[in-house]
Amino acid sequence: MTLSVDIRHRLGDFAVEALFDSAGRLTALFGPSGSGKSTLINLIAGLICPDKGRIAVDGRVLVDTEARIFVPMHKRRIGIVFQDARLFPHMSVASNLRYGRWFTPASERYAKMDAVVELLGIGHLLDRRPAKLSGGEKQRVAIGRALLASPKLFLMDEPLASLDEARKAEILPYIERLRDETKIPIVYVSHSVAEVARLASDVVVLSQGRVAASGPTEAIMQRLDLLPAEERGEGGAVLDTKVLRHDEAFGMTVLGSPAGEIRVPKLAMAAGAPVRIRIRARDVMIATARPAGLSALNILAGTITAVRPGIGPTVEIAIDCNGAIVLARITVQSKHTLRLALGQEVFAVIKTVSFDSATTGAGLSVEADG
Amino acid sequence: MNWLLDLTPDEWNAVRLSIKVATVAMIASLPPGILLALLLARGRFWGKTLLNGLVHLPLILPPVVTGYLLLLTFGRRGPAGAFLAEHFGIVFSFRWTGAALACGIMGFPLMVRAIRLSIEAVDRRIEAAAGTLGANPLWVFATITLPLILPGLIAGAMLSFAKAMGEFGATITFVSNIPNETQTLPSAIYTFTQVPGGDEGALRLTLISIVISMVALVASEVLARRVGRRMDIE
Repeated sequence: MTLSVDIRHRLGDFAVEALFDSAGRLTALFGPSGSGKSTLINLIAGLICPDKGRIAVDGRVLVDTEARIFVPMHKRRIGIVFQDARLFPHMSVASNLRYGRWFTPASERYAKMDAVVELLGIGHLLDRRPAKLSGGEKQRVAIGRALLASPKLFLMDEPLASLDEARKAEILPYIERLRDETKIPIVYVSHSVAEVARLASDVVVLSQGRVAASGPTEAIMQRLDLLPAEERGEGGAVLDTKVLRHDEAFGMTVLGSPAGEIRVPKLAMAAGAPVRIRIRARDVMIATARPAGLSALNILAGTITAVRPGIGPTVEIAIDCNGAIVLARITVQSKHTLRLALGQEVFAVIKTVSFDSATTGAGLSVEADG
Repeated sequence: MNWLLDLTPDEWNAVRLSIKVATVAMIASLPPGILLALLLARGRFWGKTLLNGLVHLPLILPPVVTGYLLLLTFGRRGPAGAFLAEHFGIVFSFRWTGAALACGIMGFPLMVRAIRLSIEAVDRRIEAAAGTLGANPLWVFATITLPLILPGLIAGAMLSFAKAMGEFGATITFVSNIPNETQTLPSAIYTFTQVPGGDEGALRLTLISIVISMVALVASEVLARRVGRRMDIE
């Protein structure tokens, strides 16, 4: 599927101007609060009509101000999960889930009640009222309700923002399952690097109502300058790896990546399972010779491919480790002392303990966390 | 107890008529009441303040004035009255239907107010969520808005019924005080107080009037609470 957006919209003295195409499985709309993410979601959903522009999903035009097309929201077949679950308080969980089915033509209903209930693990909640659910349960029911309307596109508007860390960890695997087990494209709004790095295949970065950049997650997450200030420390390389084996004696898991083996605290995942990890740029040290007598376990050999000025007294150094780009954020002083230059062979050093649940995903077993 | 229920046929008729008039007035005002409450709560249009004022007029005007205006409009020679009588065979003047009309209009502001408040309390984002699931605005209203405002509807209907049970001024002005046709409880009580030796009858009907009002009040409370518990709004 492709989502193409080209709109201009003005709300008071705030203007949103967005132009992007995305063909990803899960496209993240990423940016700080006030960057226009929610406005964009409301425009795609049909909750508001843009002043000017065009939005199409898979060639199906939802809005085209020039052609005077505006498909009302109830005909768009877009499933939305809001930050607040917005369940219907006067209906049971089961009735909430069934609500959208009434309005979907029988021939287009691909979502099955049993399968959805199973996927989201909400079977024990069906008879309850929304008021009696926890925040995480509400959000899962909201996802199920949207899914059972058999939408052609999923919009998630900061679905985890109002939940605490434990509840987030509870929901994230379900969103991953939704992404991997259904064919519906997802547009996911977030201001959290951890969520975007873990879930997204593509990222559209918004800043003050404009698209600052868009592209594959791996590429965007390396552009620390695009990240909101409070999230900059979270930026870095995103690597898709595979579980090679577990080191039971030392409580570690060995991951295989093009860059070489990476040791992380033990993950509760089977060998062979795919794991997406994020290596924070600030967690990466650089050595000009292979270090010896060092406690850090991960030493990746590579070549410097880019040196960019960072924030404050730092530089960002991109190291190509056999095709996988690892990003390091070091001081300008270190760069001078080591005389780092483009094309130089270096070693990226990453402590195993710098990986945590936010950078290795749900697989991390609890005792190894923190 | 026997003394209380030992009513003359005319008195029984007054009781029955009052309940009938109040019930019809309440039910007939519900659809326009909901519509106007929606318009006032959600609508954005020129003249909204004026419409709001018009709806509240029966609350402010002396009931006699309302009754007289009804007589001018819906009387046999009034423009609306003549039209309805000629085309639909509906006659209001000096009929029990006229009493229901007068009672409905007098209770209308109270009903609209209660419903309007409950509509304004509905979270519109929940309605939007229903819209994104494929429900068109009419379905959203029927399946989301209406159930959510049910307690307000019950309260509004109750107020309208109570007002109708006690309505006197507009009714007697518009449809007079004809036994078995337009003589409601308040009119009957008034008639008793106007004749020598009528105290006993006036007291009897007063007590009955109190009982009916209390029963209606308690019933609506119970109903509203049951609906509220079923909904369990966060």
